[in-house]
Amino acid sequence: MSELPGELLYTEEHEWLRQEEDGTVTIGITDHAQSALGDLVYVELPEVGAELDAGDEMAVVESVKAASDVYAPVGGTVLEVNADLADDPEKINSDPYGDGWIVRMRPDDMANSNTMDHNAYQELLDSLEG
Amino acid sequence: MGKRTPLFECHAGSGARMVDFGGWDMPLHYGSQLEEHHAVRQHAGAFDVSHMTVVDVTGADARRFLQKLLANDVAKLAAPGKALYSCMLTPAGGVIDDLIVYFRGADKYRVVVNAATRDKDLAWMEQQAAPLSVALAERRELAMIAVQGPRARELAAALIDRKSREPALALAPFSATEDGQLFVARTGYTGEDGFEIILPGADAADFWRRCVDAGIRPCGLGARDTLRLEAGMNLYGNDMDETTSPLVSGLGWTVAWEPPGRDFIGREALERERREAPRQRFVGLILKGKGVLRNHQRVVVAGKADGEITSGGFSPTLQRSIALARVPSGKYETAQVDVRGRLLDVRVVKPPFVRHGKPCIDL
Repeated sequence: MSELPGELLYTEEHEWLRQEEDGTVTIGITDHAQSALGDLVYVELPEVGAELDAGDEMAVVESVKAASDVYAPVGGTVLEVNADLADDPEKINSDPYGDGWIVRMRPDDMANSNTMDHNAYQELLDSLEG
Repeated sequence: MGKRTPLFECHAGSGARMVDFGGWDMPLHYGSQLEEHHAVRQHAGAFDVSHMTVVDVTGADARRFLQKLLANDVAKLAAPGKALYSCMLTPAGGVIDDLIVYFRGADKYRVVVNAATRDKDLAWMEQQAAPLSVALAERRELAMIAVQGPRARELAAALIDRKSREPALALAPFSATEDGQLFVARTGYTGEDGFEIILPGADAADFWRRCVDAGIRPCGLGARDTLRLEAGMNLYGNDMDETTSPLVSGLGWTVAWEPPGRDFIGREALERERREAPRQRFVGLILKGKGVLRNHQRVVVAGKADGEITSGGFSPTLQRSIALARVPSGKYETAQVDVRGRLLDVRVVKPPFVRHGKPCIDL
């Protein structure tokens, strides 16, 4: 069902991470995650400049159904948050890998990220379906 | 695998996301809960509520039985077709369930109770009925479809049996008409006008498809919950249960104290509670800023004990978070809610929040 962009990395908690050419990373939640949550109505974003460890609570996405934590897939410093989400949280539903991005970070060390490639994530999703 | 209503195949075919609800496989939404919510406020939506339990009560003692069983008084139902909302209480005054009872004529009533409470409700009702001349018949062969929204009655009436159309459109709020197996009530759980239609399970899928073809939007349990929350309507298991009385659940209005001689189950406990002045009251909350209030969050009131949110969520109509909550007695217009460790300001208001498509509260 969900199409998985091959250039992204994924986490067990259903975040995605894109390594940009300038060494920063962009982070969001996957199509599977937004679909499971349902219509999003509020996103709590971190402060720009916040320093996070891998696995720290980074943001909270709230749907009509439930609140869900978004964890930092990698440690680093928050450079930018997607301020559009304050008024249009549903962008995460309509475009989870594009306009629905959540945070841009400068990672401390990508070697220590909790991520997997799209094939491994697809296997995880398949195991959840079954 | 859970129990399935006669509309299960329709839901699966419409791309519903199914969830377990009280042992039933039910649709949560068909793509967008928000769009379904707005469809009901602005146009019309259809809900499969066939999981609910329909019980027909008949016999010479039917009225006596219900006057004992229910905190509201079925003697108020003067004409056939009239409906009454009531709680069914434990002797200690806790709520076993909330229900709608319809008067169908001499010695004939129909009771609709919740799905998740079916087993205990039926056991309790059978126990109370045993010494009386009354028969209880669960109508599992019937399906139930709620069609709700400003255009709902007009659109749905065109789809029901010709003979029932005029009587259905002539119904006053909170009353029903029936012809054979088709039972149409002007009731609902959304704060909008509409019908709840009980019909044979074998006819349900066809009726559902014709509703959809007529532009009535299929709506899941998700929208049902946000609609009833905006309408300030209680949900059993969230807002009241056997540990809470109707008096601290915003349901004091459903208790018929008159005549004083009617000895309904729970009366003594409720009278004691009323004399002692309840320590809690049931209110609405509106979050002033951004965020979402959720069930079980702590309500903090200056100088008083803590309260608790019983139903919290996002109001798609108000574009704010709202909640129902049980809070300490007293007069105050603001409080705070502990939202994951942060205290957020809320206004304390009297529900409902939304009725007939319009906000009831100035934001």
